[in-house]
Order: sequence, then C-alpha cells, then structure tokens
Amino acid sequence: MILARADQVTRRYGDVLALDGVDLAVRAGELVGLLGPNGAGKSTLINLLVGLRRPTAGRVELFGGDPRDPASRRQLGVTPQETGLPGTLRVGEVVDFVAAHYSDPVPKAELLDRFGLTEQVKRQSGGLSGGQRRRLAVALAFLGRPRLVVLDEPTTGLDVEARHTLWEQIRAFHAQGGTVLLSSHYLEEVEALAQRVVVMGRGRVLADDTVGAVRDIVGVRRVSLVADTLPPLPGVVNTAHADGRTHLLTTDADQLVRDLVAAGVAFRDLEVRPTSLEEAFLAITADDRPAANVPEVTR
Amino acid sequence: MTLALVHARYQLLEIVRIPVAVFGSAFFPAAAMLFFVVPFAGDDRVGATYATAAMVTFSVLTANIFQYGVGVAEDRDQPWNPYTRTLPAGPAPRLAGRILAGLVLTYVSMLPVVVIAAVATAARVTPAQFLLALATVAVISVPFTLMGLAIGYSLPSKAAIVVAQIVFFPLAFGGGLLSGPDDAPGFIKAIAPYLPTRGAVELMWAASTDWRPDPRALVSLVVWVAVLAALAAWAYRRDEGRRFS
Repeated sequence: MILARADQVTRRYGDVLALDGVDLAVRAGELVGLLGPNGAGKSTLINLLVGLRRPTAGRVELFGGDPRDPASRRQLGVTPQETGLPGTLRVGEVVDFVAAHYSDPVPKAELLDRFGLTEQVKRQSGGLSGGQRRRLAVALAFLGRPRLVVLDEPTTGLDVEARHTLWEQIRAFHAQGGTVLLSSHYLEEVEALAQRVVVMGRGRVLADDTVGAVRDIVGVRRVSLVADTLPPLPGVVNTAHADGRTHLLTTDADQLVRDLVAAGVAFRDLEVRPTSLEEAFLAITADDRPAANVPEVTR
Repeated sequence: MTLALVHARYQLLEIVRIPVAVFGSAFFPAAAMLFFVVPFAGDDRVGATYATAAMVTFSVLTANIFQYGVGVAEDRDQPWNPYTRTLPAGPAPRLAGRILAGLVLTYVSMLPVVVIAAVATAARVTPAQFLLALATVAVISVPFTLMGLAIGYSLPSKAAIVVAQIVFFPLAFGGGLLSGPDDAPGFIKAIAPYLPTRGAVELMWAASTDWRPDPRALVSLVVWVAVLAALAAWAYRRDEGRRFS
C-alpha cells in the first residue's frame, strides 16, 4: 500500500524550477531517507506531500487523497521547525494544543516520557535548550498515532547523544510498523536509519534504491596513494589531499590504476576502497549531467 | 467549532504571557480618560457618558488594529503557523480562533476605561444601555478587525507596526473620538462622517445615551465595512497564494 506518492510532479517558484518531473512512492512500512544538498528540492517535495503547497504540474497523493484535504492528514505526523515553537507556551500546553487536533492522541505523560521531556512539562518552550526544543518538535510528529511520519532534517544541530536518542525513537516507531520519510543532510543519519535512499539534486530524483545499491550505482571508489605530482587523469570526479596522501574519487578504479601505471607515476601505498554514501552522493550531485551518468532506478 | 475555541484559548495564553501586549492596547484609552475626560467632563453626567462611550470606541479601535495588524504580521513570520497547517484541520479554525481571541481582548482592554468612568466620573448608563453597549462593541469591532487583518496579511511585521500606528491616531482624532459630539473643531465635523470611527462612535452613543446617530456616518460605516472586508479578503488570499499554493 502506498501512503504518499508524487507522480510526475513539477513545482515552480516564479522562474525557479524547484521540482522537475519527480516520481516518488512511499509504501507502508518503509523508512525512506531523502538526501540532497540545499536547494535540491527536498523541502519543496515534503511541503507538497504534507499539503502546504500545490504542485505546478503532476499529482501528489497522501493516503490516496489530496494532501490539502485535512481528512487526508489524519494519519500524518509532521515536525515543526524547532525555531517555530510558540515560545511563551509551556511544553505541556504545546502538546495539548496539537493533541486537540487528533481523535486518539498518545497521552501527554507517555509522549513526554518517551522523548525525555517529563521534567520540562511546565517550562515555556522558549526557555528550552536547543536539544530539548528539537526533541519536542519531533515528539509532536508522533503525538497523533500517525501511520506516516515526515521528518524534515530532524536532528540538525543536535549533539551525538541526543541524535542517537531520536534515532532510537524513529527506529522503534518503524519497528512497530510505522512508515517514515526523513530528509537529512547527515548522510550518517540516512545510512544508520534508512533502508531506501532517494537522492535528489536540482529538483530531480537522481537515484532511488537501497543504501548499498545507491553506492553501487554510482560505483565510486576511493583510490588513495602517496605521490609527488600526478598527471591529469580521466574519470576522476574529485581530488583531495590529506596527511600527505592524495585521495582520488573515480567511477572506474581499475582504469585509474592502469592509467597511473601507464603514465609512469611514482606512487606508493596504493589503496582502493569503496566510498561512504557521502562520497557517492557528492559524486552524483557534483556532476553536471547526472541523468546521463546515473541510471534512474525504478522499483 | 471546538477547534476554533482551542485555537482561541492558546492564542490568548500566548498573549497573556506577555502582559505588556494587553497593557498596550488598554493604556491609551485609559490615559486619555484620566487626562482629558476626568478633569474636564467628570462632573457632567451627560458629557462624561458621551466621553466614556468615545473612549470605549477608541479602545476597540486600538485593540483591534494592533492585535490583528501586528499580531497577524508577526505570526506570518513564525514557522509554527505553517506547521499548524499540516495538522488535520484547515486554516479556518485558526482564523476563527484568532477572531474570538481578539474579541475577548477587546473587551479586556476597555475594562480600565469602564472602571475609571464608573469610579471617577458622573457617567451613568442604565443596565439595558450597558448590555446594549456591550453588544455594540462586538458590532463596531468588525470594521477595525477587518482593517487590522488587511494590514497584518499585506505587510511584513515591521511595516505593520508603523502602519498601525500611523492609521490609528488620525482615525481616532478625525472621527471625533477625542472631542464631544457637538463641540468638535470645524474641520473634524466636516470629515468625521466619512471615517469609520465616526459611525462606530455614533453607534456607541446611540447604545449608551439617547443620541440619534447621523445617517451619513452610518451609511459610510457600512461602505467602510464592505471596502475593508474586500481588502482583508484580498490580503488574505494573496498571502495564502504566496505561502501555501
């Protein structure tokens, strides 16, 4: 069953093309990571799916209906931006206010306990620490017992411990059958949580597959070596120097090594390793013609 | 409908937590009451009643223009507002709640004026006049609510504060709220019937005294309500279109 769907969705803001023919389907029980640099169209896509915006062309669906119809949003949970919490309201009041919109909300004490906010119930949300505000914002997404939770960069600005606490909550929700669409620019976060990753760039879906498969699609390998000078090498998408070593990202490590040998480069300590998702991601989005190089995978 | 009450309740809570906001809209009319009405017309039962009704109108004007003009503009800057649009309710409960909260605050902000009038002046109304005046406050809130919404939905918050301040004083003075019904300066007598404040205060006078309202002022009040409603609706739709379409 598909809970959220974008079908050939295009969205313009004046002259700016924010989304360009995007297809996405989030099925019940999935935990989908939405990955991309700023301006890739992640937030626009999320705004369309939660009913804040209308597509310029194409169709969006939420639980089979129009997301702009309030009835379609009964089983949806969304996180407000933490800076947007009404600062003068107490934590308990913010929870009560949002709970009034749902027929069967999670009891306040239970929700606050799950997110470690029990002691803050009487505090005004403006007086919370950044981490507490973020936890409250994420907690609100789970308040209405949603089937689908949409989290737009849920752990931005959190320290490691707070991030892992939130991850536990997201994993627990997913383990009980909940569906999650989560955008992040922490690649570590998507790798840690998501089974499926959708990479966006310049308003398009560049790749849509499992975390492992996205790495393989790109096929980027890191060739690392020590050398004084290197000739220009074809197929290198990124070059970095660190600790006296040169790191080359390439889509064809075998050919690169052959080129190095053929060029007579005096290198030593050669290493060839698979890349992290972050490196793969940089390689896809850095390319000028992503669609030509990266096959768009449909499942 | 219950959701509108929930929204009203939390908007009032937000406002009450910063009491200066309530104090602000109650201050001007109360101060004007103390400085102008009590010393000059305090002993004159008829004059003091007229002046009190005018000050009540003044507080309706300021409370609504500032609450909606500045409040809505500030709200639009907050990401909390779009978040509430993702909850399973449309924009209507929030707007209805805002108007309910605005009405409550309007009544609260005129309390000092009424208390000062009762304690420190000879102004008196019958219970029937009092109840009629109470209902009239809700009626004359309409044009100023619409004016505030038009300002709040069309301008960024910093501009809204300035416009609200610029608009309210000429309206109060030009409408004759700061002078008696018959002893206003000549140019105010000339322009007053064409300002919404005049129609409003004429209604308040008619409710609380045996004043017979000027039909010109009432007709122009109706015209103002129509124009301001169109303006508020236009500003609201334009804002919806920019942020939610």
